[in-house]
Amino acid sequence: MEGATQLGWWGVLIAVIGGALRVSTPYLFVSLGETLTEKGGRINLGLEGILMMGAMSGYGIAVLTGNPWFGVLVAGCAGALLGLLHGLICNLPRVNDTAVGISLFIFGTGLAFFLGKPFIQPSAPRLPDIALGAWSALPQIRSALQVNVLFIIGVILVPVLSWSLKNTRWGMILRTVGDSSDAAKALGYHVNRVRTLGTMVGGFLAGIGGSFLSLYYPGTWNEGLSSGQGLMAVALVIFARWNPVYCFGVALLFGGATALGPALQTVGITSNYYLYGAAPYFLTLVLLIHSSSTKHSLAGAPSELSINR
Amino acid sequence: MRGVVFQNALEAVVINTAALLLTLVGFGIFVWMFGVDPFAVYRTLYLGAFETRISIETTLTQAAPLMLTALCTAIPARAGLLIIGGEGALVMGGLATVLVGVLLDGVPFALCVILLGLAGMMGGGLWIGAVGALRQYRGVNEIIATLLMNYIAIAVLNHLVSGPIRDFTRVVKAASWSIPEYMMVGTLPGIDVHWGLAVGVVACLLLYILMRRTTFGFAIDILGGNQRAAQMAGLPINQMVITACFIGGACAGLAGTMEVIAVHGFASDSLVVGFGYAGILIAFLARQNPFAVILVAILLGGIQASGGLLQRRFDLPDATTTVLQGMLFVVVLASNTLYGRFRFFQGKDG
Repeated sequence: MEGATQLGWWGVLIAVIGGALRVSTPYLFVSLGETLTEKGGRINLGLEGILMMGAMSGYGIAVLTGNPWFGVLVAGCAGALLGLLHGLICNLPRVNDTAVGISLFIFGTGLAFFLGKPFIQPSAPRLPDIALGAWSALPQIRSALQVNVLFIIGVILVPVLSWSLKNTRWGMILRTVGDSSDAAKALGYHVNRVRTLGTMVGGFLAGIGGSFLSLYYPGTWNEGLSSGQGLMAVALVIFARWNPVYCFGVALLFGGATALGPALQTVGITSNYYLYGAAPYFLTLVLLIHSSSTKHSLAGAPSELSINR
Repeated sequence: MRGVVFQNALEAVVINTAALLLTLVGFGIFVWMFGVDPFAVYRTLYLGAFETRISIETTLTQAAPLMLTALCTAIPARAGLLIIGGEGALVMGGLATVLVGVLLDGVPFALCVILLGLAGMMGGGLWIGAVGALRQYRGVNEIIATLLMNYIAIAVLNHLVSGPIRDFTRVVKAASWSIPEYMMVGTLPGIDVHWGLAVGVVACLLLYILMRRTTFGFAIDILGGNQRAAQMAGLPINQMVITACFIGGACAGLAGTMEVIAVHGFASDSLVVGFGYAGILIAFLARQNPFAVILVAILLGGIQASGGLLQRRFDLPDATTTVLQGMLFVVVLASNTLYGRFRFFQGKDG
């Protein structure tokens, strides 16, 4: 820690870590939500659309009311509504949940662009952050450790969800429905109702993840705001073996990968910018190939999940 | 047998028409909430899509790539895979076309066009074929893999046109080198629609025959119906899945070729305008039937063609047609639950 000027590659590392803390939040929320949805035996590929709706509605409400937290809440509700729509359609017999997800992806994105048109110009109040790096004299470390409150909420959610899935009555019901709808029916639970609820809660969390994009980082609303984070989160959940704790780790990894391109720019490596930008997609694909197998289904996978059958 | 086929087709037409009408009602209510007269919007949709010669030409121009990207989802879907990588395969096909086109400067026109088409088909076919191989040999989920590969393809495109193959004489927008002028195929005789339309229609018809009239098509349908049954019947499942994916990807790649050699002359982000995603919707509306793809693509092409007019006349955002398409997609998928519910459409033996 001699001087700020001599950081070099350490600077890249710090920037990647800082980026991981900053960029991982939407991944974290979306993947936690999708974990709940998939534990109930449904897959929601429409999270990308939900993320955009969350980003748009959160930003719009924050502009109109001046309170970003109100925006976060509304973003969650918008996400829950789209989740409800997904759940209700999938309750119909002979309807393919993955295809419905893709249709919601297109519908949600279109709706967000349509309704969000008036909000491209005005600027919304940003969500507050906490300076965890105040102890350090290095400006790089201080800016890397500016941690958003939503990130901290997400971190708290990880053990809470993990514990609840294992130990609470609701967690048991959700897992039973996801592992064997016949067993759940025999126990007297309404399979469709539980799954719809799981998709709604998943949508709520994904909507909050979207509001982070527009209200904190990058902190604006425009049509290029999300670049597949919602889709990647679905792959991330598979890689995290439907475990909230692993979701956290993988979200950090993805955040770091996303931050790689901009971090390299700070040390003057600007060529191949788009290729570094593709790092998270490439990483997801490689991890997916690595963790898949034709021989056995993945450990921890809910057996009612359509992609495992 | 023929009666059953006819009844199934009739059932699909009736249910899809009902879904379309329901969507239009829903969309009407949606625009009405924003203070726009829904009937004026319907009128404009028709006007912009089908009323005049120019609007029909615009519709068909839009429909051309949509037919090919729809096949990218439809053909693998018959084998039981949900491929949503049409967007990426189109980009790879377009890039392959530009690279080969620049190399082939001086080669006679007819030979060039064939080689460029093959280049596009290889670009898209290998891209999606690889997904089929990953799915069969590694168990990789094809939906997520193709979604990710869309983003990777777009990143590769952006990378190449921002440096390695950039034409620096174009300053307004980053674009690749152009293919030599003489390789451009232009429009069909007698109508102001580029050759992509003919290619799309021919591809749909050929694949319709392949799927309906050949042993291969029959085997693919068995595989799509029940993979284990296909295995018991001794069918080479892995090769069939990969072939179906390759064919689908080749079609989307060909769409990229046609966009390059008939419209732009170069590769740029003009290739990434959502043809791939609209193609998925068309494949589902057409119930994965290549012949029906032609008609549905023209319908959806009409919606896209009238989008501009809709925006200008009512001052609506440009995402309006995306909302309409999204609504239609949601309703069509929900309407899948209706198949087999009505006695009227069930044959005596069914």
